[in-house]
Amino acid sequence: MSASTHTASHTSGEVNYINEFKGLKSWFTSLDHKRIGLLYMISVLFFFLVGGLFALLIRLELFKPGAQYLTPDQYNQVMTYHGAIMVFMVIVPGIPAILGNFFLPLQIGAKDVAFPRLNLTSWYVFMLGAIIAICTLFLGKIDTGWTFYTPYSIKTGTAATMMVVAAFVMGMSSILTGLNFIVTVHKLRAPGMTMFRIPLFIWAIYSTAVLQILATPVLGITLLLLAMERTFGVGIFDPNLGGDPVLFQHFFWFYSHPAVYIMILPAMGVVSELIAAFSRKTIFGYTAIAFSSIGIAAVSFFVWGHHMFVSGQSEVAGIVFSFLTMLVGVPTAIKMFNWLSTLYRGNISFESPMLFALGFLFLFAIGGVTGIMLATIATDVHFHDTYFVVAHFHYVMVGGTLMALMGGLYYWFPKMFGKMYNETLARLTFVLIFIGFNVTFFPQFILGAMGMPRRYFDYIPAYQSLNSISTIGSWLIGCGFLLSLYVIVTALRSGEKASDNPWGAKTLEWQTSSPPPHTNFHVEPVVTAGPYEYK
Amino acid sequence: MAANNHSEHQSAGHGHHIIPAEIYKKVALALFVLTLLTVGFHYLFHSVMHGSVLAAPVAFLIAAVKASLVLMFFMGLKYDSVDNRIIFALGFFFLFVLIFFSALDIWTRVAVTSTL
Repeated sequence: MSASTHTASHTSGEVNYINEFKGLKSWFTSLDHKRIGLLYMISVLFFFLVGGLFALLIRLELFKPGAQYLTPDQYNQVMTYHGAIMVFMVIVPGIPAILGNFFLPLQIGAKDVAFPRLNLTSWYVFMLGAIIAICTLFLGKIDTGWTFYTPYSIKTGTAATMMVVAAFVMGMSSILTGLNFIVTVHKLRAPGMTMFRIPLFIWAIYSTAVLQILATPVLGITLLLLAMERTFGVGIFDPNLGGDPVLFQHFFWFYSHPAVYIMILPAMGVVSELIAAFSRKTIFGYTAIAFSSIGIAAVSFFVWGHHMFVSGQSEVAGIVFSFLTMLVGVPTAIKMFNWLSTLYRGNISFESPMLFALGFLFLFAIGGVTGIMLATIATDVHFHDTYFVVAHFHYVMVGGTLMALMGGLYYWFPKMFGKMYNETLARLTFVLIFIGFNVTFFPQFILGAMGMPRRYFDYIPAYQSLNSISTIGSWLIGCGFLLSLYVIVTALRSGEKASDNPWGAKTLEWQTSSPPPHTNFHVEPVVTAGPYEYK
Repeated sequence: MAANNHSEHQSAGHGHHIIPAEIYKKVALALFVLTLLTVGFHYLFHSVMHGSVLAAPVAFLIAAVKASLVLMFFMGLKYDSVDNRIIFALGFFFLFVLIFFSALDIWTRVAVTSTL
C-alpha cells in the first residue's frame, strides 16, 4: 500500500479535525471518530493515573512486612480498585477505543465508522459506567477483588452491587464499540481495500470486536445475576439457597478469559504495524498473522477452566481445560515467529515506538511461557493464588498491552496531533518503564514460587528483600509514565510540526495530512496493493 | 466521490424481503398455541402426574420451537443471507460451549473428586 498506489492527494491545509469546529460543546457532541478517540484517550489516561496511584499505594504498603500506611480493610479496597479500574476502565477499552476509534476508519480508507452516533453513545455509556464505579469510592467502597468471586461478593457489606452494575454498563459500551467496528470493516472499506489488504491492526481490532460481542453479554448477565443474588437472594450462586459458587467462576471466566485476548489482541495488532514500519520490510506471513488473530479469538472461548483448577472444579474438566489451554500457544507462537522473521535482515531503526514493540516481544514471551506453567495442572496447583500469577498476568497485560499502547501512541502521535515529540525523552521513558517493569514484576515470580500468596495485606520477613525491590521498581515505572506525560504535553504545546508521513510507513493513514481533515481524506483513496510493500 | 462510492458499496446486493401479513398471522397463532401447550404440559406434569423428569425438557423444547419461529419470521432470518445465518448460529454455538463445559464440570465433579 505504498503512496504511489493511491490517488489520494493530501495538501497540507490548515483545516483539520481539531480546528474545524471549536468549543467544548463541539467535542462533547462530535460524531467524528477521531475526536471520539481523543475523548476516550483523555478518559482512559485519567483512569490509568488513578489506577496507577492505587498500584503505587499497594507496593508502598508491601515495601516492608507489617502495617505501614493502610489497614487490612483499606488494603483490600485499594487492591480491588486497582484491579477493577485497570481492567474495566483502562486495558479493555484502551487500544480499541483510543487507537481503534482513531485509526480503523483511516486505515481502511473510510470517512468514519459505520454508526457515528452509536460511537459517541458508546463513550457516554462508558463514562456513565466509570462514574458509577468511581462513586462506589464514596458510597461504601468494595473489597472483593476485581473478579467479584462468590460467595464473598454476595455477603460483603460493601458497594458490590453498585460496582457490578458499573461493570455491566461499561460492558455495554464495549459491545456497542465492537459492533460498530465489525460493521465498519465489512461495509466501509475503500475501493480496492480487500480483506487481505487491510492492515494487521485492523485484523486484530476485528477479532477483538468479535470477542467483545460474543463474550461480554455473558459477563453482563453474570453480574446481573450476582446483583439479583445480593438484592433478592435468588439462589444461583449461594449454596445455602441451592446455588453453586463455582458456577459463578465458570460464567465469569467464560468472559474474562476471552477478555484477556480483548486486551492483548489489539496490542498484537499495534506491534505488527510497528515492526513492519521500523524494519522497513514487508511483514512476514501476513495471512498467518491475520488468521492467528481469528484463531486466538476462537480458542479463547474453550480455555476458561484453567483459572479454576483449585476451585473445586472436577479433575476431568481440569484435564480437558489444561489440554485446550495449550492450544492457545499455537496461534500466539505463529505471531511471534512471524514478527521475528520480519525483523530478520530488516532495515531496523530504533525510534521510541520500535523500542516499545521490541519490549513487547521480550515481556510478552516471558508472560506467555509462564502461562504454559499455569496451564499445566500439576504446576498450577503450586502457583495458584501466589505472586507467580500476579507476575504472569502483569507481564502479559502491562508488559504486553501497555507497552503496545505506549508504542502505538508514540507511533501515531504525529498523525493524531500533527506534531513531533522529543525523541530522546521518549526513548528515556521506554528505558524507565522497561527496567522498572522488570524490577517490579520479575521478583514476584520468585516470591510466588516461594509461596507468597497474592492479595495478602502482610507477609513473613523472609519475603521482604524481594518485595522491597519490587516496590522500588514500581517507582521507576511511575517515573517513566510521568515522563511520558511530560513528553506528550510539551509536544502538544511546542512540538515541531510533523510531516504527513514521518516514519515512511505504507498504511493508508499516512497518506493523508497530519492531522487528518474532518473527512479523513481530501480525495477518496483507491487501493491497489497490500499494506506493507516496502520492497 | 467517496460518499457515492461508499453508498454504492453498501447497497449492492442487499434488499429486504417483504413477508406477507398472512405468514405473520400464522406464526403469531402458532406462538399462541405453543404457549397454551406449555401451560397444558405444566398442568399435566405437575398437577396430574405430580412431577416428571420430562417437565423441563418438554418446556425447553417448546420454548426452542417458539424462539426459532420468532428468529425465522419476525426477525427475517429465514430470508436472510447464509452468512448472517451462520453468524447468528455462532452465538448459539458459543452458548452451547458455555453450558457444555460448565455441565461437564458439574456432572463429573462428584464421581471423580475425592481422591485425597
